[in-house]
Amino acid sequence: MRLLLKALSWLVACGLSVTLALAAMEPDEILPDPAKEKRARGITKELRCVVCQNQSVDDSDAPLAKDIRLIVRERIMAGETDEQVRAFVVARYGQYVLLRPPLGVDTALIWIGPFALLAIALGIAAVYLRRARVAGEAAAGKLSPDEEQRLEAILKDDSR
Amino acid sequence: MKRALLFLPLAIFLGLVGYFAIGLTRNPSEIRSVLIDKPLPAIDLPVPDRPDIRFDNAQFKGKVSLLNIFASWCIACRVEHPVLLRLATEKAVPIHGLAWKDKPEELKAWIAELGDPYTLIGDDAKGRTAIDLGVTGAPETFVIDRKGKIRYKFVGPIDDYAWENTLKPLVRTLEAEP
Repeated sequence: MRLLLKALSWLVACGLSVTLALAAMEPDEILPDPAKEKRARGITKELRCVVCQNQSVDDSDAPLAKDIRLIVRERIMAGETDEQVRAFVVARYGQYVLLRPPLGVDTALIWIGPFALLAIALGIAAVYLRRARVAGEAAAGKLSPDEEQRLEAILKDDSR
Repeated sequence: MKRALLFLPLAIFLGLVGYFAIGLTRNPSEIRSVLIDKPLPAIDLPVPDRPDIRFDNAQFKGKVSLLNIFASWCIACRVEHPVLLRLATEKAVPIHGLAWKDKPEELKAWIAELGDPYTLIGDDAKGRTAIDLGVTGAPETFVIDRKGKIRYKFVGPIDDYAWENTLKPLVRTLEAEP
């Protein structure tokens, strides 16, 4: 039941914004100062909307996302730095709302994981390739003394 | 050694099975509140039809209570409401209501239609207190200990099962705390 309600509200909230495609901002939200507006959008584009969890606050049409867009702008107008504005939201909703999570003990796996996997894969590939080359050399270039003798015997054999 | 290595893929496979089996039991869309074990943020809201009093932090002191985020526009809150009414008649625990982004007349009509389980209602018309509480949707219910600290957040409508198995045991444990 709750799941159904959740799905419905999600559809309403997110479906609308899909049709609108671009930012969900309304004209009255935009700050008069273009530089500050740009900063505000930079922040809200990297904040997760907690209603439609895979949309940014900038994209989402959920009322809660609108409130957060307004709060971000209010705090910028009050003279806070981007970092302070982000900290305000994180203090209430946790690091989960940052679409680009900072490198920390709990997020290390996200950041380092792919590179670690790549390193492991390259290591395996290097070992595999070297083995293949050694085996290939043995097969192609260098003959064993026994083989050399047989080859010589064949070459000397003019009777054919 | 070589033979032991043969079992490595099986071991990795079983490890992953265990990992994903645990993952399946979790709800990834549920965001754990970062405010657990922190004091309630500053609350100072008007109370509908009671200009003489405010809905503020003072009323959370001294008694374990619930803080229920609801709204007349919230359909799931309608589902939850009878459970809250029952808890109120049984005097199971004081329930403070926070009306989230509601219109005064709609809030009044909703309470008149369904009944009032709340000790007091704070009218958070702009939704700023809800954001201070890290609310992601309605209904949500916080369990507040007698010192005014947030101890738990329940997301979604409270039903009898959730009350009996999750909230009631926690409330009773907190009431036993000094």
